[in-house]
Amino acid sequence: MNSAGERLYNGIIKENPTFVMMLGMCPTLAVTTSAMNGLGMGLTTMVILALSNLIISMLRKVIPDDVRVPAFIVIVASFVTIVQFLLQAYIPTLNESLGLYIPLIVVNCIILGRAEAYASKNPMIASLFDGIGMGLGFTIGLTSIGLVRELIGSGKIFGAAVLPASYEPVSIFVMAPGAFFVLALLTGLQNKVKLNLAKKGKDVSKIQSGCNADCASCGAKCGNAKE
Amino acid sequence: MSDLRKVSSSPHIRDKATSSNIMRDVAIALLPAAVFGVVHFGMNALIVLLVTVAVCVATEYIYEKLMHKPVTVGDFSAVVTGLLLGMNLPCSAPWWMAALGSVFAILVVKQLFGGLGQNFMNPALGGRCFLMISFAGRMTNYAYDTFTGATPLAVLREGESAGVDVLQMVIGNTAGMIGETSVIAILIGAAYLLWRGVIDLRIPGTYLVTFAVFMLLFGGHGFDGTYLAAQLAGGGLMLGAWFMATDYVTSPITPAGQIVYGVILGILTGIFRCFGASPEGVSYAIIFSNLLVPLIERFTIPMAFGKVKVKGGNRS
Repeated sequence: MNSAGERLYNGIIKENPTFVMMLGMCPTLAVTTSAMNGLGMGLTTMVILALSNLIISMLRKVIPDDVRVPAFIVIVASFVTIVQFLLQAYIPTLNESLGLYIPLIVVNCIILGRAEAYASKNPMIASLFDGIGMGLGFTIGLTSIGLVRELIGSGKIFGAAVLPASYEPVSIFVMAPGAFFVLALLTGLQNKVKLNLAKKGKDVSKIQSGCNADCASCGAKCGNAKE
Repeated sequence: MSDLRKVSSSPHIRDKATSSNIMRDVAIALLPAAVFGVVHFGMNALIVLLVTVAVCVATEYIYEKLMHKPVTVGDFSAVVTGLLLGMNLPCSAPWWMAALGSVFAILVVKQLFGGLGQNFMNPALGGRCFLMISFAGRMTNYAYDTFTGATPLAVLREGESAGVDVLQMVIGNTAGMIGETSVIAILIGAAYLLWRGVIDLRIPGTYLVTFAVFMLLFGGHGFDGTYLAAQLAGGGLMLGAWFMATDYVTSPITPAGQIVYGVILGILTGIFRCFGASPEGVSYAIIFSNLLVPLIERFTIPMAFGKVKVKGGNRS
């Protein structure tokens, strides 16, 4: 369960922070006005998440239990400061468009949540990959929301006009209400897809192994068992 | 005599009113204002109204078919939503904008929350505000025929009340949304609804009185009769007060709650019109108050028959 591949899968699909766990909603709703902003925010968060997970996991036996949250915040805040300096130096435009939301990564619940739930209990390499997986999941979530909002709200994708000039942008989608519409829509869609896949998986196994999908009465160990 | 022995469970007294009867009455009551709008603004107004009604009904039908729900197109509620939305658009609106607003109204505001009776916000106004935010330029383009002036409310906002002709506003011979200009046509429809018992005076009455008092106090024109009359007759206030604030689904059902609701509507509309960024605020006032309805109902539950009020609240 702690393998690198499993951690990545867990972060991107199974426990996707945006669409499944609904964490970090503040940056999710606020900065996804374009695909580029979503991607930038996601990658910034991923770097901080991976590094802070690594350090917290390293120090998990040193940090006393009573003061662990302040200790986590000090570690996270240090990385946020470093990353912000780097952004200011090398990608000033992204730094400007994300603005206040970069310092606010310190209190992002994904980062504190992963530190508390995973990194403080698990070995270093697994924690690093947990951070990368979660960060990638967050990046994919933010970029896809930004993509849809940018396409409908201004007719562009990554800043390049893709729809004909006669298309009149529905500007509500780049404003706050649009963020909620798109988030709800995409979450619903991926739930539907997952539900269909789960159904299909069960049906297939029924045909192949004669499983009656009644896990309580069946003693066999199989991958389909409901947890 | 054997009939006498039959015992059935309550309710024993039934009313003939059904949702389709009520909605049909509302649709009939909207007709005078809609017809006036078409006569006043010309063919494009008719196209806008037809598109909104047709798309609303079609959206409801298609969604319910796809979701394997009972099809409720026959209850006229989608027709009323479409008619109200169309009457809340300017006659210069292109057909695709009317269609987009209708789809949003029925699909997002009404059906996704569970259909008729479950929507937390008036669908027509939800659709209108969606368009208002998305296409601000088109939604405030009141040009028709050769007329390209401002609405009376915009004139009032600019300066003195001398710039508006209240008589023309009451007749409806001004710029504005398709169904909102004629006070007379709206009042004819409202009188029909009152006579049929579909609405009562609680919500529209308290709404209009509160609004008038608010404008007297904070309008900045003192006791200027012309200004007050123009504010009451202008914009979507009449249409909103009689037809949209009284929507059964999104207004309180308790009598005391309806009065509270009317007062909140009046104050909010006054605030938006006096201090807001745009000269009109009826639609935002109504959808905002729609959101407060569950709270209002919770605090205005009437005493059940036969219960005695316990001093110091109802602690059980």
